[in-house]
Amino acid sequence: MASNIKLAEAPEGYEGSGFFATSLDKVIGLARANSLWPLPFATSCCGIEFMATMGSNYDIARFGAERPSFSPRQADVLLVAGTIAKKMAPVVKQVYLQMAEPRWVIAIGACASSGGIFDTYSVLQGIDRIIPVDVYVPGCPPRPEQILDGLMQVQELAKNESLRRRNSPAYQNLLESYNIQ
Amino acid sequence: MNTTYLPSDYIPVFIQLGLALGFIVTTMIVTHNIGPKRNSQKKDDPFECGIPAQGDARTPISIKYFLVAILFVLFDVEVIFLYPWAVNFKGLGTEGFIEMILFMGLLLAGFYYILRKGVLKWE
Repeated sequence: MASNIKLAEAPEGYEGSGFFATSLDKVIGLARANSLWPLPFATSCCGIEFMATMGSNYDIARFGAERPSFSPRQADVLLVAGTIAKKMAPVVKQVYLQMAEPRWVIAIGACASSGGIFDTYSVLQGIDRIIPVDVYVPGCPPRPEQILDGLMQVQELAKNESLRRRNSPAYQNLLESYNIQ
Repeated sequence: MNTTYLPSDYIPVFIQLGLALGFIVTTMIVTHNIGPKRNSQKKDDPFECGIPAQGDARTPISIKYFLVAILFVLFDVEVIFLYPWAVNFKGLGTEGFIEMILFMGLLLAGFYYILRKGVLKWE
């Protein structure tokens, strides 16, 4: 019977009758990439686009992001959608700090990426001034397809990440540059 | 088929139990130790949407709330019983009618008791 259920492709490995061997890195990467739970942090119009992305028409659940997590405890990807005022910055940072490793961050839209048109004293000029960002999605606001593309890029990052990356000195230095121990 | 069991016949149950417990304990220990981790004071704070928590969640709440809630549950259940009675009103006949009057009479006796106790006097 023909089925249009799409399965994740198996990673490279050694295959024989009744067994399949591959590296642990790839298996865990595959699992992580296809079960990224997003934590939406929506403050303005990009958040509206993200609602459309979550809805049935664009359906972010197709990419394993089935369960938007409204607590950082079990979330994997922080999606910052919208203008972040300087007063909001400590809140974003607190939410990021309370997420469990491994964690990724997507800056959705021009405001979250660079402050956008709000080049003023009160607006944070990009969330990468307070937390490390993995993927930037341009647009004002970006279309749902662009947000999905951003999520797919995080999937690529998760798939190819070394299991030791989060313990590496490079990663420690990156976090230390943001004053995160 | 034998109908008498020796204590040793229950060994498979204990093996199963041991395996189930062992699996849970092992996976919990392993997953807590192999994954990447970053502990800090801020991470252990309760999650209040990123805003600093204020006060203690365990503050005393007036007993009136509890009493009103439990009374609501009581009469809610009574109404649930009224529905099937209303549907089968003719089928249950006089006997059902007397049973329901008894049931509701009991609850109303309790209601009269709490009224006299002054539970609903809030001021």
